[in-house]
Amino acid sequence: MNGVSSRPLEHGETPWLLAVALITGSPHAWHLPGWLSALCGGVLGWRLWLWHRRRALPPRWWLALLVAGSTAGIGWQFGTLLGRDAGVALLVVFMALKPLEMARRRDALVVIMLGYFLLLSHYFYSQSIPTGLWLLIAVALLTGTLIRLHGGAQPIVAIARLVGLLLAQALPLMLILYLFFPRISGPLWGLPQDAHSGLSGLSEQMAPGSISRLIQSSAIAFRSRFAGTLPERAALYWRGPVFDDYDGLTWRASTPSAGTPAKSPTIDALGETYAYTTLLEAHNQRWLLALDMPTALPAGAALAPSLQVLSSEPVRARAQFPFVAVLDYRANAMETTDILQKTLSLPANINPRTRALAEQWRSMPPEKIAATALALFEKENFYYTLQPPLLGQDGIDQFLFDTRRGFCEHYASAFVFLMRAAGVPARVVAGYQGGEVNPIDGYLTVRQSDAHAWAEIWLAGRGWQRIDPTAAVAPSRIARGIAAALPDSEPLPPLVRLESDWLREARNRWEAANNRWNQWVLGYNPQRQKEVLSKFGLPHPDWQRMSAVLAGLCGAVLAIVVLWTRPRRRADDPAQRLWKKYCAQLRRRGVNRAPWEGPTAFARRVASEKPSLAALTREAAAHYTALRYDRSDTERPRRLRLLENCLRRLPPSRRNDV
Amino acid sequence: MRLLRLFQRWLFRLAPDEKLPIVLGQRRIFIVPTRAGALFAAVLTVMLIGAINYNLSLGHALIFLLAGVGLAAMVQTFHNLFGLRLLPGRAEAVFAGDIARFPLQLENTRRQSRRALEFSFQNQPSVSLDIPPATQATVAIPYAAQRRGLLDPGRVTLITRYPLGLFRAWSYPYPVFACLVYPQPIRTPLPGSASQAAGGNRSEHGGQDDFAGLRPRQDSDPTRHIAWKTVARRPDDLPLLVKQFAGGGADDLWLDWSQTPADRDDEYRLSVLAGWVVAADEQRVRYGLGLPTQRIAPAQGEAQRAACLHALALYGTP
Repeated sequence: MNGVSSRPLEHGETPWLLAVALITGSPHAWHLPGWLSALCGGVLGWRLWLWHRRRALPPRWWLALLVAGSTAGIGWQFGTLLGRDAGVALLVVFMALKPLEMARRRDALVVIMLGYFLLLSHYFYSQSIPTGLWLLIAVALLTGTLIRLHGGAQPIVAIARLVGLLLAQALPLMLILYLFFPRISGPLWGLPQDAHSGLSGLSEQMAPGSISRLIQSSAIAFRSRFAGTLPERAALYWRGPVFDDYDGLTWRASTPSAGTPAKSPTIDALGETYAYTTLLEAHNQRWLLALDMPTALPAGAALAPSLQVLSSEPVRARAQFPFVAVLDYRANAMETTDILQKTLSLPANINPRTRALAEQWRSMPPEKIAATALALFEKENFYYTLQPPLLGQDGIDQFLFDTRRGFCEHYASAFVFLMRAAGVPARVVAGYQGGEVNPIDGYLTVRQSDAHAWAEIWLAGRGWQRIDPTAAVAPSRIARGIAAALPDSEPLPPLVRLESDWLREARNRWEAANNRWNQWVLGYNPQRQKEVLSKFGLPHPDWQRMSAVLAGLCGAVLAIVVLWTRPRRRADDPAQRLWKKYCAQLRRRGVNRAPWEGPTAFARRVASEKPSLAALTREAAAHYTALRYDRSDTERPRRLRLLENCLRRLPPSRRNDV
Repeated sequence: MRLLRLFQRWLFRLAPDEKLPIVLGQRRIFIVPTRAGALFAAVLTVMLIGAINYNLSLGHALIFLLAGVGLAAMVQTFHNLFGLRLLPGRAEAVFAGDIARFPLQLENTRRQSRRALEFSFQNQPSVSLDIPPATQATVAIPYAAQRRGLLDPGRVTLITRYPLGLFRAWSYPYPVFACLVYPQPIRTPLPGSASQAAGGNRSEHGGQDDFAGLRPRQDSDPTRHIAWKTVARRPDDLPLLVKQFAGGGADDLWLDWSQTPADRDDEYRLSVLAGWVVAADEQRVRYGLGLPTQRIAPAQGEAQRAACLHALALYGTP
């Protein structure tokens, strides 16, 4: 064994290994710092040049220097060497540097194994369809490299054919393992701090600008499919975090005060209910973005006192949640004093002009106060824009009386401030508003650009009522979406403002394909596995039964593969087959051809031992000899018929003849 | 230990293959993962734990695909040997210290080529070759011949790791091989051509000068002694006749056991004789060989050299 692994590499094997390093490493260039990608590319290029010129590899200390330098660089860049991103960067560097000391089979094996790890690490960043295709190509190249290493120089076509065969045999096994391998939902241990970085979505607080930043992204937040009809667009308010604590600049969710037992919220449905399923993208938060208001919750989720649906764990992977919602409702008609107090409190001594305005409304009933505030937004010269002027101290005063330009978060924030100052319990709700139906698969697609913030006031006897001040300023935002509400000069992601039909069509198709991919490939978790397996006739499978089925199916596939690739014997030449038949007939008539006996010699022996068959056998032997050994013979089909004819002309065998 | 040996004997069928050709069937092929295969499995396990931990669905797919590739490669490795037909050939005689090469004719009857087949004898260097689809090839398996005599190299070890090197399939075909190993020649000056030891009996042995009659040809007789004229007059199926000469040959060289250094062991003396045979053959002189058990009449040529070396190789063996 040692002898094999220490065998020096052949010249022709190196480019395969360099290609492996390139194909597994290069996609990481998207997210690695530029200097690192350049270094790795340069080192690989250098190695290729060394190979091309058949130069010796650089001395060890060179390599040590490069490793130390790049490790220090990574430590400096990422601030650590232990996190996920730093770990991937180190892997990429090792992959690029390993070829510089690649001299033996053992080193080649290290490159291959590093390649497998690099392939896996790429899925931290993307698990899209193109990544899946690239996986296939990369596995094919790695397998081809192994074949080249262990099978010696051979035509690329031969390698490609064998790789194709191996992959074709491996795919059914992969499918079975994918479906039946007992899934465990991770994590198995604490993940590094940066494990879920890069997940976008609503955040736990709302400051001016936080939502307008989110709006710049056309990434999908979630998709929903309704069992029946779709509610009208203006009613699609997807409830995210609820903010009731204001410090003059930022809205936050208040921490529930200790001691008071949390009262479970009540929602009375007053109208039609809608059942739907949401496929939520990972956002690393617990809220589930249910349609206002939910009446039935998915398993493992609960309704918080603030009426938001919270999952027991942060959503770290795309997951599916079934809901039932009602659009006409009475929510928490009886509210705890704790919450009512909180939703009335304001920081002291800020926004005096706003407070003074609200003081004038205090005598009015709450409904009237809200209507007056909305009328203020509608009548006065307020603008809806993504680029509002910066606000300083007493921001709401500035906004309401001076600048009057803002985005949904400004309007929601100012409205709630006014309500609280006028003595009406109110709070800010963040979430998404609207969505777009993909005609290809019928899913309602909600993007980050649909992020929104609105207000909620509490009215005695009627509970929490949603009031969207943005609707008063820019009704088209609610009715037709953000692109309609903003003038063309406002910056929006290009995909949100799609004009041309075929582009929109292409995007719809792509996203529908992605949706299937997400559900079947990426969203295949323990729960989904149970659903699928019960469709296969395996209700309530536990891991023992799954393993048994898995082993059985794998065995069956392997058996098929074994039979499929069983070395097939070359089909006997038809002439040979006929000659064998003829000799078998003669054996029954008492002349046995010895294995070493050629046709002519046999015919001669038959002539002496059984003269009655001499002529026929000589003829058969002559035809057979011509068919087998005379390549230039042009009358093969005729000769075959003649040989067959000889077989037929044999007189019937009589046992007593022997 | 004895039980283990019995088990191995049963499992690996460590008996010579009498039936030819040797066909490698299921019962004769063994397969285990290589070190690289074990590493591959370990890497996949670590990757699976990582994929579970980070909930990487595509990672699961990658690992399962690789596992599938590994299993398919196992079947391929097995099939790389399965159904191969082997037919042993005759090995050319060699001198001790040289490499004996045992030819094995291989027939690949399947439609795919068989690649990277490694043949070796136990504790001997291996030789590797590929066989294209539906063809025959011959491999010469080396064996470093150490001692003179009839060399039995034992069973052949046939190993393949193709295609991915993750599994090692092997088989122990045991063709009946034998190779004659001549003593290692030691070059010392040829003894004087006037041989005292054989002098007395000189006339009894075939010389080259005076025609003394005819006798049936033996393999060691040079072709120019065949009595073509006589042979032509006789029916076909009688053996060839050669002319026999008596006496005369002053240049006849006797290489005799008694001329070798008596103070050395037998092997050394045989080596000296072998060296003389080789030297005499190179100088194209007629020579005879005298051993305590056997005498070979003087003659010259390839056949004489072979006959003498054969006698030296098997001297003292039953």
